[in-house]
Amino acid sequence: MSSSFAVATSAISTGDRLVEVNDLTVRFVSKDTTIHAVNGVSFTLAAGEVLGILGESGSGKTVTLRALMRLLPEGRTQIGGTVRVAGHDVLGLSPGALSRVRGSTIAMIFQEPMTALDPVYTVGYQIAETVVRHENVSWAEARRRTLDLFEKVQIPSAQRRLDAYPHELSGGLRQRAMIALALSCRPSVLLADEPTTALDATVQIQILLLLRSLQKELGMGVVFVTHDVGVAGEIADKLAIMYAGRFIETGPVTPIMRAPRHPYTEGLLASTVHGAMRGQRLKAIQGSPPNLEILPAACSFAPRCPRVADICLAGVPPEVPTGPDRMARCVRITQN
Amino acid sequence: MSQATPLGAGPGRGEPLLAVSGLRKYFPVKGLSFGGPSLVVKAVDEVNFAVWPGETLGIVGESGCGKSTTARLVMRLIEPDSGQVRFEGRELAGGSNASLRAVRSRMQMVFQDSYSSLNPRLPIEDTIAFGPRVHGTPRAEARERARRLLAAVGLDSARFGRRYPHELSGGQRQRINIARALALNPRLVFLDEAVSALDKSVQAQVLNLLVDLKAEFNLTYVFISHDLNVVQYISDRVLVMYLGKVVETGPVDVIYNAPRHPYTQALLSSRPSMDPERRITVPPLTGDPPNPINPPSGCRFRTRCSFAEEVCARVEPPLLALPCGGHDVACHMMVPNSGHSRAGQAS
Ligand SMILES: Nc1ncnc2c1ncn2[C@@H]1O[C@H](COP(=O)(O)OP(=O)(O)OP(=O)(O)O)[C@@H](O)[C@H]1O
Ligand SMILES: Nc1ncnc2c1ncn2[C@@H]1O[C@H](COP(=O)(O)OP(=O)(O)OP(=O)(O)O)[C@@H](O)[C@H]1O
Ligand code: SF4
Ligand SMILES: [Mg+2]
Ligand SMILES: [Mg+2]
Repeated sequence: MSSSFAVATSAISTGDRLVEVNDLTVRFVSKDTTIHAVNGVSFTLAAGEVLGILGESGSGKTVTLRALMRLLPEGRTQIGGTVRVAGHDVLGLSPGALSRVRGSTIAMIFQEPMTALDPVYTVGYQIAETVVRHENVSWAEARRRTLDLFEKVQIPSAQRRLDAYPHELSGGLRQRAMIALALSCRPSVLLADEPTTALDATVQIQILLLLRSLQKELGMGVVFVTHDVGVAGEIADKLAIMYAGRFIETGPVTPIMRAPRHPYTEGLLASTVHGAMRGQRLKAIQGSPPNLEILPAACSFAPRCPRVADICLAGVPPEVPTGPDRMARCVRITQN
Repeated sequence: MSQATPLGAGPGRGEPLLAVSGLRKYFPVKGLSFGGPSLVVKAVDEVNFAVWPGETLGIVGESGCGKSTTARLVMRLIEPDSGQVRFEGRELAGGSNASLRAVRSRMQMVFQDSYSSLNPRLPIEDTIAFGPRVHGTPRAEARERARRLLAAVGLDSARFGRRYPHELSGGQRQRINIARALALNPRLVFLDEAVSALDKSVQAQVLNLLVDLKAEFNLTYVFISHDLNVVQYISDRVLVMYLGKVVETGPVDVIYNAPRHPYTQALLSSRPSMDPERRITVPPLTGDPPNPINPPSGCRFRTRCSFAEEVCARVEPPLLALPCGGHDVACHMMVPNSGHSRAGQAS
């Protein structure tokens, strides 16, 4: 099968498989409960490709991204499966090797840039410091590189902005500085966790266009997490729809947005309001998102699904091919 | 072309339910002006609008443009610096506390944050009954009303009535907030980002509910949101704000299909295309909204406007009614003889 989502039989990362994730699971264990946040996610990502992960609150998007960098609280987190990034076995790396991979091979942009930028240092200092630490260059060289980066992310009056503290920048400029920080060590994989959700509409589209052009220019692989299908449509080459810690539908972005096959994806798109729906009743998905403390041995969407049948409760639905490079985890889909 | 009425041009359906004119609120900014001139945020600056019975007025604009402050001023949760607010034909300014309270119960507000606005120690049925109790409704009757409202917002009172806020999902809590707002039989409800924090699948449920309740209880809505698609879906008329000013207002179809203010045009074309084959290639606007502490002179949009000319920096454009009626725009390009090279061509 040629699907770029296909579960690889041999776990060797070669050629265009920049990222290869196999049966990733993440649980948070405490003395009175276990949260099943990610429950068997597999995908591959090639250089120059943008994967959009689309899902509602709590579906496991952020945890999936963080697992790719092993940025999860060590003690309480159980991670299973394999994650290979540019040939590195991320889940098996020593702490030293891991911190070298972070930043230089794989970097992350966070939803709220204030959490990633330190309020007591200027943004220019923070980026230069990262460059010095990772690449062993002089401070003068690092500062020159930082200025280049600020120009690349189109921060106006870049030279002056190097000396600004994070709180002195507007939301849009802060997110640009955050992108500059993420790019500072020339990563081959960029993880973006809702990088535009907190921004105004006119600023959001600026940042999306910036990310798109940087990604093309630098040939990076990008995993872009969002809960907004419109945003995904502006940036992703392929989409993964996430529900209860699983990818329930994957494939190229256009066919999924035009003709979703999984009942959840259908419901999500139908309940995403746009202009043409004026005066019509919205086709809402009934019920509320699942409780991740229980991991059902069935389709997690079954309690809300308009097409549910007995067979849906018999086990976790397998990947059903639904078209070129497409699959959906639903047993009620007729194959084509 | 004529000066807009102080109330904003209306669709001519008799008396408005709410009429706001000259509303202004400047917030002093602390700590920034050591000895220098004291600084203010011009959060709401000479805002005029009206809402007619039975309609939904949508208010859009970027973060910090003054949407919430406008609602809070009308509700008298904060005191305006100046301006008139008429509700049900009566002037609200400077009323006594008692009359203000009576009026306020007929104007209610639902906020974005479903959690912090509910009392964590009160079962939700009691939260809904609380308002009517304070207004003198007997206990049994207030409880009965709470149960009816729970049913109206789609929650079974036997199952949910005794639960506490933390035992509910975000969508369920937002339904409680709506039920609580309706418990005092309001005529006008301000919905301030009331569905913004909800997941899309749950948001659609709550939007359907709002449409149903509006018909059932004869409500009028002011719907504030940064989500342009949701506003288009639910509104009859739309008011667009930029840095404390109204820049355009009109019927929803006119605003979305033929916006005339350059800001409205840019804002609407910043919406994702919803079609990966026809993506946006050039950002409609560059830069961020400017600092409201020291807004640009003249037209506040001029620093980001691609049509800005000398007059735009010098003179503030008035909010003018276009000849077609019901559509007001504040831009020199719409003002005959304003001095703008495109003045009056439009029409
Ligand atoms: N450190 C943690 N400890 C315990 N549970 C966690 C932790 N981090 C996340 N979770 C839980 O894991 C689940 C998935 O969370 P995640 O943050 O990945 O959701 P998400 O899809 O990113 O949602 P959102 O759109 O709200 O950001 C949630 O139920 C969350 O409460
Ligand atoms: N109590 C206050 N004290 C000082 N400044 C305030 C206060 N309330 C609001 N402001 C300022 O007034 C301006 C308008 O704020 P407002 O909350 O009305 O904006 P908004 O349009 O509702 O924005 P958002 O979309 O972010 O909710 C902002 O610059 C804000 O920082
Ligand atoms: S008044 Fe001038 S600056 Fe303002 S929107 Fe119109 S053309 Fe642009
Ligand atoms: Mg998240
Ligand atoms: Mg607000």
